[in-house]
Amino acid sequence: MRTFTEHLGRRVVGGVEEFGYGAALLLESMFWICVGAFRKQPVRIAAVAAEMMKVGVFAIPVVVILSFANGVMMALQGIYTLRDFGAESQVIPGLAMSITREFGALIVGIVVAGRSGSAIAARIGAMQMSQEVDALRVLGVNPVRHLVAPILIAMCLMVPTLTVLADFMALLGGGLLCGFMLHMNLDAYSQQILASLEVFDVMQGLAKSFVFAVLITLVSCINGFSTSGGSEGLGYRTTRSVVLCIAAIVIADMVFTFFLSR
Amino acid sequence: MHSNAATMTAAEPIIQVENLVTYYGERRILNDVSMQVEAGEIRVIMGGSGSGKSTLLRHMLGLQQPVSGRIRLFGEDINTISGQRMFEMRRKMGVSFQGGALFNSMTVGENVQFPLREHTRLDDHTIRIMSRMKLEVVNLAGYEDLMPAQLSGGMVKRAALARAIVMDPKLLFFDEPSAGLDPVVSAELDELILRLRDSMNISIVVVTHELDSAFKIADKITVLDRGEILLTDTVAGIKQSDNERVSALINRTPEDEHVNVDEYLKRLTRVD
Repeated sequence: MRTFTEHLGRRVVGGVEEFGYGAALLLESMFWICVGAFRKQPVRIAAVAAEMMKVGVFAIPVVVILSFANGVMMALQGIYTLRDFGAESQVIPGLAMSITREFGALIVGIVVAGRSGSAIAARIGAMQMSQEVDALRVLGVNPVRHLVAPILIAMCLMVPTLTVLADFMALLGGGLLCGFMLHMNLDAYSQQILASLEVFDVMQGLAKSFVFAVLITLVSCINGFSTSGGSEGLGYRTTRSVVLCIAAIVIADMVFTFFLSR
Repeated sequence: MHSNAATMTAAEPIIQVENLVTYYGERRILNDVSMQVEAGEIRVIMGGSGSGKSTLLRHMLGLQQPVSGRIRLFGEDINTISGQRMFEMRRKMGVSFQGGALFNSMTVGENVQFPLREHTRLDDHTIRIMSRMKLEVVNLAGYEDLMPAQLSGGMVKRAALARAIVMDPKLLFFDEPSAGLDPVVSAELDELILRLRDSMNISIVVVTHELDSAFKIADKITVLDRGEILLTDTVAGIKQSDNERVSALINRTPEDEHVNVDEYLKRLTRVD
């Protein structure tokens, strides 16, 4: 019993510590992004561009395929469910809202968490183990400025961008299926979509994706910097990073939706 | 060789460690360690595994905060000065880590150029020339386009050294220069360290457990054992020392632990 409570206590303390670390990391990155250039320690544009390629551009194929498939699937489910009520055509507003508010951002969040959440944790973890992070410090290069800030910028730019792409592809997928099953053309479909969408719906999805971007960056960087204990430790941290990224995204999504749809 | 000491302000020591104490968890790693390194000196910090020498190095590099005690580099307390001052001080220091710690995502050339790009506004051409000069110094000319993973152990160390000296530091730290190298390559590195001191007139701190290397390069040797400084002396002084633990270290006699039968049995039969 004592070991159980002790264990629990340590876990809780560890969790709180990690939260604090995350907040500190976010503040420090923002500090360097805003002030670095005036202190002759700028966040490198080239590094940001490289991260944008890795985080965003290379994720395009997966995002396109997954969001398209998701759009088709949702249209299918919607049509089957609504058929009982003879209200198949009502699937279109449903698609428009659920994709832009929810699923576009969520799919992108999960794809980026899976791809970059592991890659970033592994990269920083390996650098930590081979003393490259120490080497940065003694060279007078702040590791947060050099490693975390470019990732944060790239994530905050690319995840919302990918979300727009995912929204579009999912709606296209849904549209093609509706065209096939409800015998309507894409032109009419897109007009109905636009009619049932408000700017708020799209903005809600984009705001979520922005939060996801920050969460993925922080969780993966924390796990990277906390790596110790050889290749075993690196594997553990990489896995933990992906799992926690996805968990953080889904929970943040729930909280977000709860407050926005009241 | 020590002529430049006069030009320093009143021959102030480059490194001053005062009463340094530090812990890992409950375990005391360094216990009241004090030492000084003068300008132009090659100081070897020697000790067996677990003696605390790597920890002492990390403290001198400002990578760890001591529990108590002070460390001054160039006369300034590194644990209280501002981030900006520390940033400027870093430009006067070079470090070669045990495993080299080259950035694996960059070529050898980019690694050596990295400090110049971060700290100076020199144009690309000049930076290239300067990094090639340093690669020439460590006999790695022509390897600048290789990735660190393609280099041998000795070459990694030399490339790391080139990166450490590219800003022409006043103070150079070298962690285990000969670890994992064959005797010939490690002797070459020793020569290189001596040559650097003579040509660039810098203070060098070498952390090592290799006796041959220590005796060859050191002006003075500080022997560290179980977190305490046993003795600081010249090579000749160390060789003549009658301190039991020091002579055990130089004569490579294994530490004989006196077995206490009661305690031994207690350890074996302990119930967790």
